[in-house]
Amino acid sequence: MQNLWIIPALPLIGFLINGIFGRKLPKSLINTVAVLSVVLSFAWVLKVYATAGDLGAMPVTEHYFTWIRSGEFHVGCDFTVDKLTMIMLMIVTGVGSLIHIYSIGYMAHEGGYYRFFAYMNLFMFFMLDLVLAANYLILFVGWEGVGLCSYLLVGFYFVKKSATNAGNKAFIVNRIGDFGFSLAIFLIVVNFGTLNFSQVFSAAPGKPTETLTAIALLLLVGACGKSAQIPLYIWLPDAMEGPTPVSALIHAATMVTAGVYMIARSAVIFTHAPAAMETVAVIGVATAFFAATIGMAQNDIKKVFAYSTISQLGYMFLGVGVGAFSAGIWHLMTHAFFKALLFLGAGSVIHACHGEQDMRHMGGLKKYAPWTCLTLACASLSISGFPFTAGYFSKDAILSSAYAYAPWMYWVGVITAGMTAFYVWRAFWMTFWGDYKGHGHPHESPPVILGPLFVLAILSLAGGFLFNVPHILDSMFPIAEGVENMSLTYISVALGLFGIAISYYLYVMNTALPGRIAGALGGVYTLVYNKYFVDEIYDAAVVNPVIEGSRSVLWHGVDQGLIDGTVNGVGTQSYGIGGILKLLQSGNIRSYATWVVIGSVALLLVMGVVEGVGR
Amino acid sequence: MPEGFQALQNGVPISWYLILSAILFALGVAGFLFRRNIITVFMCIELMLNAVNLSFVAFANQHKLVSGQIFTFFVMVVAAAEAAVGLAIILTVFKNRDTLNIDEIDSLKN
Amino acid sequence: MDLFFFFLFALIAVIAAVNVVLQRQPIASALSLIGVMGSIAVLYLLLGAEFIAMAQIIVYAGAVMVLFVFVIMLLNASPEVRRGRSWTSQLLGVPALLALLGILCYFVQGQFANAGFVKFGNFTGGSAKSVGLALFTDYLLPFEVTSVLILIAIVGAIVLARKEMD
Repeated sequence: MQNLWIIPALPLIGFLINGIFGRKLPKSLINTVAVLSVVLSFAWVLKVYATAGDLGAMPVTEHYFTWIRSGEFHVGCDFTVDKLTMIMLMIVTGVGSLIHIYSIGYMAHEGGYYRFFAYMNLFMFFMLDLVLAANYLILFVGWEGVGLCSYLLVGFYFVKKSATNAGNKAFIVNRIGDFGFSLAIFLIVVNFGTLNFSQVFSAAPGKPTETLTAIALLLLVGACGKSAQIPLYIWLPDAMEGPTPVSALIHAATMVTAGVYMIARSAVIFTHAPAAMETVAVIGVATAFFAATIGMAQNDIKKVFAYSTISQLGYMFLGVGVGAFSAGIWHLMTHAFFKALLFLGAGSVIHACHGEQDMRHMGGLKKYAPWTCLTLACASLSISGFPFTAGYFSKDAILSSAYAYAPWMYWVGVITAGMTAFYVWRAFWMTFWGDYKGHGHPHESPPVILGPLFVLAILSLAGGFLFNVPHILDSMFPIAEGVENMSLTYISVALGLFGIAISYYLYVMNTALPGRIAGALGGVYTLVYNKYFVDEIYDAAVVNPVIEGSRSVLWHGVDQGLIDGTVNGVGTQSYGIGGILKLLQSGNIRSYATWVVIGSVALLLVMGVVEGVGR
Repeated sequence: MPEGFQALQNGVPISWYLILSAILFALGVAGFLFRRNIITVFMCIELMLNAVNLSFVAFANQHKLVSGQIFTFFVMVVAAAEAAVGLAIILTVFKNRDTLNIDEIDSLKN
Repeated sequence: MDLFFFFLFALIAVIAAVNVVLQRQPIASALSLIGVMGSIAVLYLLLGAEFIAMAQIIVYAGAVMVLFVFVIMLLNASPEVRRGRSWTSQLLGVPALLALLGILCYFVQGQFANAGFVKFGNFTGGSAKSVGLALFTDYLLPFEVTSVLILIAIVGAIVLARKEMD
């Protein structure tokens, strides 16, 4: 009995303490409780890893109580740990601990200190529940919970209208995905009679392909919502309104990867529904390309990284879509390292520039914040796929599997890799090289912020060697043969280096050129800079009709007209009938007597007809 | 009606008494509905009671029991008491409203 | 003979009743009512209810109707004046009345067509002795309660009719 429940319970206790008593506790106590709960959770994960034996052969499953019992349908509160879970657990708790430690320094001067840590702990609880779940319903609980925490944390600065709008947007768009997920769960219940992973996956091969395709596509809808793929990615750039640690934890390392995890977990269903797999891959590669183009033109450093996240998630989807599940999970892990580092570094830069986020007002920070510069350089190398960094291994694994599946996906992916390198290094040069164009006095961040940056930098560089995920997950997702083709690797590396070189040329050596290129491209540049006006299109096509429909049809028409009318109408009618009946009360004895006679005649008639008197 | 004058040698059929009672009752109701003076209306009530008494006695004769007549006895007693009290009420009403026309006593209107 | 007496007194009763309804003067209606009661008393005799017949004359015709006449004299009731309207009774009254009468007669004919005959002397159970016997044995309780009822009526009448002592 490994007592897996302790892993999510510790952050939950942290949430309860900080949430209920946090207002009165001193800051040091708040952050101790919060950080300690996550670190201890991480320690317990390591303990489970060390003592559980071979998780590939024998996953640990624990059943706590039966939640639903309805006829033949049982759903229990079950946790399970196999190798895939263990990887996710380490990422969530490990990177989570680092980000919590980072937040101590970053949020030190912010209001609502206890609220922040309470929500972060609550998020950890839900994310761990999602990862540990042994059936779809418990996973869905965590799924919804992290959506809630995303809303709470994105709208953390709730006095800013843009922040609350962004929180709403995140939650609502997520909800659309959740709707798809719910339908998928219903279909699973109807077709399989159970939501338990082991039972569903062992029964899946026997089901008709159409059913499995339907289920898989609906699961994909849910994953698109959570992992910000086309068409439900629009919430993620706006979610940058939240504090930077939130962006790092939720929108880089953990929550957005839940969609990829869910698809990898449901691999059995997907592999038996080839049409759905193809859809996943196409959506992934399209999103990767699309988001990379937008990222190249953004000036807000967090927005660049947001679009980068969407693009990298597209890579993960591409990986699982072509059948390389372990490659997708590997990229999930390396992405957690370098993207968290990029965001935390960006946070450090913003902190150094006293809140400035526009890269056009930065520059030359290399001499003010050298350690930040160094760590961000490591992250940028990793995301560009520089040889032997962590990102190189995982991205390469995905691209070679893509080539084996459909070469065009490889080519689009490789071009996207070049764009990735370009925009990341563009951000780097604009921030750290050249002359400082801002108005403040930038300074280096304190050690409590730098510490996690160093750890993540080491992981970004060496993570590929330390954790060879395809080998780890070999028992679950067998490594396909014959995909090792070195020329593919050379091409992608070359494009990455080319992207770095161009960015260096444009932003360090010939800094006037980008402006002229943008001017020359004119309309195309405007289109890309404004994110292809997708938000505006959604507004016009979906949001405004819904609002108008609700207002005029449902509110005025149905609610006021129909329902109020009926209820009030009943009252008015009663009043009217009463007014008529009132006329019977004439006060005249003779008319009363007449009615009595009429009544007795009626009674006699009844007696005669029904009872048969007088026959 | 039984056929033939022969049958009538036995006496008067009971149903004739009952029909007479019905006619008297209907006349009482007519008076109640169409007269305006309170006292006349009250007298029509007494007429109705008498009609009913007649039918009770007829039934007593039919079943050869005395119970019907006992009933009549009680009806008479109650009618007497009712007449006393009712006339006292009429006196009071006349004192207050100064009219004996029941159409004008309609303060319960609407 | 029974037939002759029945028809005679039934006719008197009906004509007197019609007179009650049709007369303008209340005092005339009262006197007609006395006539009705008298003829009904004779019909009681024909039906063998001697005690009831006597009670009818003494109590009803002799006491109640005299009370009516006193009250009419006291109130100086004048002939009716046609004032006030009641459309209900005028419109619906006649049909309702006719319907009532028709249905009652129909029922009577249906139920009691062969119920028996009344011959004077057939029924001897209506003597004072048998009535008194039944009253004081089977119907003792109602009899006692009725006495209380009369007491209440007396008290009520006195209270209602006395002058205000202000």
